[in-house]
Amino acid sequence: MTRKSYDKGTIADLVDGVLPWKQVKDMMSSYKDPDRFIKYLEVLQERVPWSDRILLPLGPHLFIVQKEDGRIVTKSRSGFEFGDYRKNWKLKARIFVRKTKEQYREIYTEMTHADPEWMEMREFYDPLDGTLLDIETVPPAYPLVHSFEPDLDTFYTQWLGRSYRNDN
Amino acid sequence: MNRAKTAVEPPGNRRTERKPGNTGNAGVSGTSSPIGWDGRRLEQMLADREDELECTGRYCGLDHLTLKEEDPIRYEKMWSRLRGGIVGARETALNISASPVVRELGELCFGLYTPEGDSVTLSTGIMAHVHTMSEAIKHMIRSGYESNPGIADGDIFVNNDPLLGNVHNADVQSFVPIFWAGEIVGWAAGVTHELDIGAPQPSAMPIGNLSRFEDGYILSCLKAGSNDQLHRDYLKRAETAVRMPFYWTLDEKCRISGAHIIRQTVMRLIAEEGIDAYKRFIREVIEDTRLAFVEHVKTMLVPGIYRSPAFIDVTHAADKGRLPDYAARNSMMHSPFKMTVKADAMIEMDLEGASKWGYHCFNCTPTGLQGGLWVGLTQTLIPNDKVNDGAYLNTCFKTPYGSWANPDNPLVSTTLSWYFLVPTFTGLFRGLSMGFTARGYLEEVLAGYPVTGNIAAGGGVNQYGEEGAWANFEMGASGMSARWVSDGENSCAAIWNPEGDMGDVEAWELLEPMLFLGRNIRPNSAGPGKHRGGLGHESIRMVYGTREQLMFHAGNGHVFPSGGLFGGYPNPTLYRHSVKNTDLPERLARGLPYPARDLDAENSGIAAHTNGEVLRDNSLCHLADPHSEHDIYLSLIAGGHGLGDVLERDPGAVADDLNDLYLLPRFARSIYGVVAHLAEDGKWQVDTAGTEDLRAQMRRERLERSVPVQEWFEAEKAHASALDMIEPVRRMYTESIGLSAAFADEFRKFWELPDDWQPPGQVDAGEQEQSDD
Repeated sequence: MTRKSYDKGTIADLVDGVLPWKQVKDMMSSYKDPDRFIKYLEVLQERVPWSDRILLPLGPHLFIVQKEDGRIVTKSRSGFEFGDYRKNWKLKARIFVRKTKEQYREIYTEMTHADPEWMEMREFYDPLDGTLLDIETVPPAYPLVHSFEPDLDTFYTQWLGRSYRNDN
Repeated sequence: MNRAKTAVEPPGNRRTERKPGNTGNAGVSGTSSPIGWDGRRLEQMLADREDELECTGRYCGLDHLTLKEEDPIRYEKMWSRLRGGIVGARETALNISASPVVRELGELCFGLYTPEGDSVTLSTGIMAHVHTMSEAIKHMIRSGYESNPGIADGDIFVNNDPLLGNVHNADVQSFVPIFWAGEIVGWAAGVTHELDIGAPQPSAMPIGNLSRFEDGYILSCLKAGSNDQLHRDYLKRAETAVRMPFYWTLDEKCRISGAHIIRQTVMRLIAEEGIDAYKRFIREVIEDTRLAFVEHVKTMLVPGIYRSPAFIDVTHAADKGRLPDYAARNSMMHSPFKMTVKADAMIEMDLEGASKWGYHCFNCTPTGLQGGLWVGLTQTLIPNDKVNDGAYLNTCFKTPYGSWANPDNPLVSTTLSWYFLVPTFTGLFRGLSMGFTARGYLEEVLAGYPVTGNIAAGGGVNQYGEEGAWANFEMGASGMSARWVSDGENSCAAIWNPEGDMGDVEAWELLEPMLFLGRNIRPNSAGPGKHRGGLGHESIRMVYGTREQLMFHAGNGHVFPSGGLFGGYPNPTLYRHSVKNTDLPERLARGLPYPARDLDAENSGIAAHTNGEVLRDNSLCHLADPHSEHDIYLSLIAGGHGLGDVLERDPGAVADDLNDLYLLPRFARSIYGVVAHLAEDGKWQVDTAGTEDLRAQMRRERLERSVPVQEWFEAEKAHASALDMIEPVRRMYTESIGLSAAFADEFRKFWELPDDWQPPGQVDAGEQEQSDD
């Protein structure tokens, strides 16, 4: 079986969402390129305005990074640090809760949004630049959702076969 | 390799050569010869297979794929023969059906199974049932069907019981065992979605059922035929068990014909390749798929825990006076979907904390849940032609007993289980997309799926003067959610059928006494985001050719079942809008405008062009509502969810949406921060500088009106502790906490409540009384 490999420019275009659809479709239909992760990290690293090493992307604006002192934290593209990566980053974000009809109707027409008594919409912003990082739509009093808790040790040491810790 | 090259014998010849003891157990007998391999009974074969998996972690304990390794071309050829035969069976057989749901929407699927009931390969279509049919076969095996009623060459079994192997009663399955030289070598099976299921209320997915006794015609792995013929007593029952029995009959012929084509394909393959090679092949191809699944998980995901809770509303409070008090109330379903990807690539899904089952038709059985999982996997982690139970073997699902997903009451109603399953499994797509994002496989990232709806259904005397029933499958063309790389496609997707379609208007009008006055892409029907979801559509229907028609809805009116992804907004909720006793006869007679478009709830086209009694609210899950001729019914079909921050959307794309009538102009600013104006040519154009200023201002406003999460926590804690909320939501928490110590512990820990904290107040008396029965 022949495995494809893409250059960094192609990966960068994919990240930016500007890769032509035909190429995207070919990527979807092909066997996955095993070196994607490394090139992907390199592309992302070149684009953030800080030097901490990206270990795992969590979304367009969030990354798990390793700092020079060895600590591993969740960090946004703007540079805000949310603390230990094993904690829910939302606990350190800013939150705005839509829980009135008027607040919902900035986004939705009447009749087409949740009933505030049934459900609220929690918007989590980056404290530095106001980027909308995530949205929860949950009933009132629902505990914050920790969407993704990666097992970094297993991922790097067992699946990728490499070390990721810098214990300086 | 020894390859037999004899021609396959036609089924008729095989029947004449059948001898007692070597062609299966045609009747009730506890002493006849086993039909399994190596002199074993089927039940023993299944137990051995499960032991081998348990002990070795490999399907049938295979440590080498010798057939594949020694002759890969032959292996692939055998695969292609089977797969091609099954796809061909589907494409041929569907032409026998008369139902637009089967013919137009493709709501059918065929599969080939091992003697123990593990799927080997399948056709396209409603793949959810590849595994539900597997469960039904295993039920027959474990229940001793080999002895009673017997399993023989030429037999036909039929099932639609969700307790034994189905998602909901509407999907009817047919099974044909395949024999070679006295041994069972597999099962061919097919499933179709029926138009009516013989329930007290019309349609195959009636709403308002309180128990299984109201779910209609239930066939619990029934032996319905022998010698390739359906039994006369079964046929007689079917003739009067459902409305419009000719649809039922033709669907049944469709399923059986497809199964027989598959049987013929298998017989030919065995004749050409030899029985030993066939037996080896069906083992290897399942282990091959399991290994491919493990590799795929390790390639595309990151081990860890992914969470994506979902909710949906049930609105039977609208039925006060029509349903008993304990059922005539609103409820909130809770699906705390958690997916754990383990070091060995096993994917474990867990609904610990799910809310309780209820007196409604949306409950689900564990086999139904497996069906939902299966169709999700086929669209994500096994995106190739070798789809079978190998992938399923590397997953597991925890369903708390007593919850809606594993009721402790076997009599619950299940006619519309998909209503709870779809929001639940959007969590699978969201979780996988988080993993794909972490690994950089962004071409696969999708912001979940919308809840497919509105589910319009109904019945009554139809335009032919006969008792009719129908369920419109336009919802099979809901909007696709946004991708990382693009907006979602409009009107094309359903989580439960990878070949989403809305069907032709003309085909629906043949079945339903409801004219389409209009069918339009609906503006603002998708979730906004950097990439918005694909839009949904609206259909404006007018009852025609009948005095009265009962009409159902189903859809989320009070809640967003799940969110978008990475800051994208969820798709809008739905609502019902009917106009009764309309002035349409007069309008049509005088040539006045009639409502062909609605488009905007705040400036309704229906309201502008119809006078009558208006019924408009967000309660969509309730008993059927009678409509008369010339009444108007609006059916809103959902759009998809958004992905990414709305303020990062290309302003030019917003202008395009304005020009395409995909976005109502007043929302360009409030959602996207885009300043646009109508140019002289009638097109919207972006004010670039104005947009940049407005977006900068909106970012500042976000920071001004938001608070640190800790501050929010302090303000909310007292409400959480008191469960200070409306009754349906409070009851949801009470049920989840009562059923799950883990969820109770999570709730207490998050809100820093004492270890002995319990939900205040009592469970509703009516509910308690019914639960104690």
